Amino acid sequence: MATGVQRASQQLTMADMKGRVDPDWCPGCGDFGVLAAVQKALVELRIPNHSVVTISGIGCSSNFPGYMNTYGMHTLHGRALAVATGLKLANHELTVLVTGGDGDGFGIGGNHFVHSMRRNVDLLYIVMDNQIYGLTTGQTSPTSRIGMKTKSMPFGNIEAPINPISLALAAGATFVARGYSAEQKHLTELIKQGIEHPGLSFLDVFSPCVTYNHDNTYQWFRPRVKKLEDDSAHDPANWMAAMEKSLLWGEEIPIGKFFERTDVPTLHGAEPVLNEGPLIHRDLHVPLDVARSFIEELM
Amino acid sequence: MKQTFAIGIGGAAGQGVATPGDIFAKIFSRRGLHLNAYNAYQSIIRGGHTLLTIRTGPECVTNMGDRIDLLIPLNQDTMDRHLTLLTAGAACIYNSDTIKPGPVADGVQLCPLPVSELVDITRNKVAQNTLAIGAGLHMMGIGFAALEEVLREQFKKKGEAMVAENVGVARVGYDYAAAHFTAFPNPLPKTDTRYAILSGNTAMAMGGAAAGVKFYCAYPMSPSTGVLHWMAAHARKVGIMVRQVEDEIGVINMTIGAAHAGVRAMCATSGGGFALMSEGLGMSAMIETPVVVINCQRAGPSTGVPTKTEQGDLWQMLGAAFGDYPRVMAAPLDIGDCFKLIPEIFNIADRFQCPGLVLCDLLLSEGRLSVHPKDLDFSPSIDRGELITSANGYGNGNGAPSAAATNGDYKRYKITESGISPRAIPGVPGHIHTVATDEHMEDGVLISDEFTNPIKRRAMMEKRMRKVAGIEAAVPRPALLGPRDADVTLIGWGSTKGVIEESCEILNEQGISANQLQIRWLVPLHGDAILEILKHSRHTIIVENNYSGQFARYLRSETSFVPDGHIRKYDGEPFMPHHIVEAVKEQLAGQTKLSVPMHEIMV
Repeated sequence: MATGVQRASQQLTMADMKGRVDPDWCPGCGDFGVLAAVQKALVELRIPNHSVVTISGIGCSSNFPGYMNTYGMHTLHGRALAVATGLKLANHELTVLVTGGDGDGFGIGGNHFVHSMRRNVDLLYIVMDNQIYGLTTGQTSPTSRIGMKTKSMPFGNIEAPINPISLALAAGATFVARGYSAEQKHLTELIKQGIEHPGLSFLDVFSPCVTYNHDNTYQWFRPRVKKLEDDSAHDPANWMAAMEKSLLWGEEIPIGKFFERTDVPTLHGAEPVLNEGPLIHRDLHVPLDVARSFIEELM
Repeated sequence: MKQTFAIGIGGAAGQGVATPGDIFAKIFSRRGLHLNAYNAYQSIIRGGHTLLTIRTGPECVTNMGDRIDLLIPLNQDTMDRHLTLLTAGAACIYNSDTIKPGPVADGVQLCPLPVSELVDITRNKVAQNTLAIGAGLHMMGIGFAALEEVLREQFKKKGEAMVAENVGVARVGYDYAAAHFTAFPNPLPKTDTRYAILSGNTAMAMGGAAAGVKFYCAYPMSPSTGVLHWMAAHARKVGIMVRQVEDEIGVINMTIGAAHAGVRAMCATSGGGFALMSEGLGMSAMIETPVVVINCQRAGPSTGVPTKTEQGDLWQMLGAAFGDYPRVMAAPLDIGDCFKLIPEIFNIADRFQCPGLVLCDLLLSEGRLSVHPKDLDFSPSIDRGELITSANGYGNGNGAPSAAATNGDYKRYKITESGISPRAIPGVPGHIHTVATDEHMEDGVLISDEFTNPIKRRAMMEKRMRKVAGIEAAVPRPALLGPRDADVTLIGWGSTKGVIEESCEILNEQGISANQLQIRWLVPLHGDAILEILKHSRHTIIVENNYSGQFARYLRSETSFVPDGHIRKYDGEPFMPHHIVEAVKEQLAGQTKLSVPMHEIMV
């Protein structure tokens, strides 16, 4: 997201990033850690609040924009990426953050997920992945493991979960990473990199649901997560290797940056219409000679 | 009765029906003649049957009319389907090598072209088409130079040899007609006016450009795709971002995202795509971000008849999205109006920060009409409403200045008398806020999740809905067309304007005085104004292109008005004037209150 990132003239503080209301998430929710890391990343990158737009869909984690002191849009279930794409194309000087949950992004929003990846829209998409539907009080999600018992599948889930990392890689995402909300410093670093990456940055974050998911808890994640950054053999430029790493699940689950490439044009960078700057600064009027040529074609 | 002349060219898809159509259209428009073109076609790329009707004349030609003066069948199937439609004075030009005529009415001139004797058909596959154009033109009394000019333009990219070949073939046809066929009695006149010929889709796209649209996106869907095609081809000349999106849900949400950033954003689809946009429309209304959405209706339900016209989506549009919300909806009256309406509806949508809906249909979207260039005004008035941008936004939008680094007391959803709250776009310092599809307070903070508050909910609902009164005042009231006092008043909406108008003219000539009430603005409807007009009417008939009388039901729900009768058509084809004229007569004679005219042309 390198192009158009604005910098504040003075040092920002965490207080500058705090929204009008406090989060209403359950005590212990993983989303608190994601919120803090996003705010920290913006402070450290010194991005002025008014040049950031945080866009979400619907769900627990989609209440996120209201807790930020940035422009925000709390849109429809599954549609945040589509809204964000339109907004970014209309004003590519804005820093666009998209936040939501696994149901929002991989379930109802699955179609937009795939197409946003291949379009390389210049934004950071953070999924707070708790492998459950929370706001609807605990149903199976597209990332729930096989066998997991929920209110909607009381005898156990029989459908295989989506692998968000492999899916994003296969769909052509140019920055693919996974964080863990309890790993604050690591997560903040991934968010900063994702904001600065030119193109679509996808960040799947393990964000445990302490109320409805009793399988994938902090205790479950803690011994399993291993940072890719600690693996000196991992090369984020190697797509095949990233794909292989994405399949690891079980006793060892990698977190960190799986893949990044910066040689793919962003969607707004690839369209010559935007060469003259953001659409919002354009004159609305069609020049007379152009108007005349449009009519001339029809005569 | 006004002088018009209609040509029907028919054949299989892929047989080259469009090219002769384009050539005739150009020649007519350059003679300063009006024209209306309607292509009856099927959802097939090669094969099937298409019939293009081009009707021209020195006065305004608003619809396909009732008769074909010249039929050019490019295959036997077309001959078999349509020859019997021809009546005295009409002619049929055909390739007598491959096509045999059937029984024909008295006074119809059969004009066989022995194509293989006249030209080398091994060299020119569409020689029969070009010969027929040449022959037809002679019979209409148009000099050969006009045809030569158009053929030169048509084939210049393919080289001088190709131009010479086609001009030569056309000349043979022209001369053959001079020697063998009787010309039509009234040669087509010439005027000094020059018209643009365009489809409703082109008109709406150009109207969007004129309105200052900077973002357009779509998913291809007949019959709306023409808007996308014009936008895509011309976007770079006027700085419009055009995107093809994965589905219509993505389309409406992307449009709203762009609009929210502060540009004018538009999208178009047909009924099926519009169904997918419904939830998004509610978002536009709830977060108060204006967008304009065009629905080019086709015959439904479901996939329906993708290449056929209908006015069957009115209730879908009225019912789109759940909950109550302010919006504005209009149906363009003709192809020129397709252009004019877009800047108008954008101004209202922007002023009242609500969705603007355009209810078009295949008849206008894909039909073509001559429009005077002065009616394609690329400098319409533009009113963006109370918009706070980085150019004007260093106040807090509520009157008092505020420091750029703080939000001051800016409230995105400030409760006002008009219901309109000044709208700051993202990026403007000092106006940070979050918009939400959840119900919210003046500052945008949600009331729905933690402490739902009936007083705040009511206040915000009433704030939004107060905009309805403003929209009503901004939208003109409908007016009666024709004599104040008439035997019958025909009520229509949108695209039926032209055909009802001509039906009224015919009725008046036949001694039945008729006037017309044509509705353009559907929401707000101005029911009181409609009742005021209709209370003077002696006999009222609602004419619409659907099964259930959707507009009749809407009018009744808004005003309790019940007309004396209905004329409806839902076979996929548009009304022809005689359908309406005959139905009016049978209803005035007391034979029925519901007429469903039969479409005689098998397409």
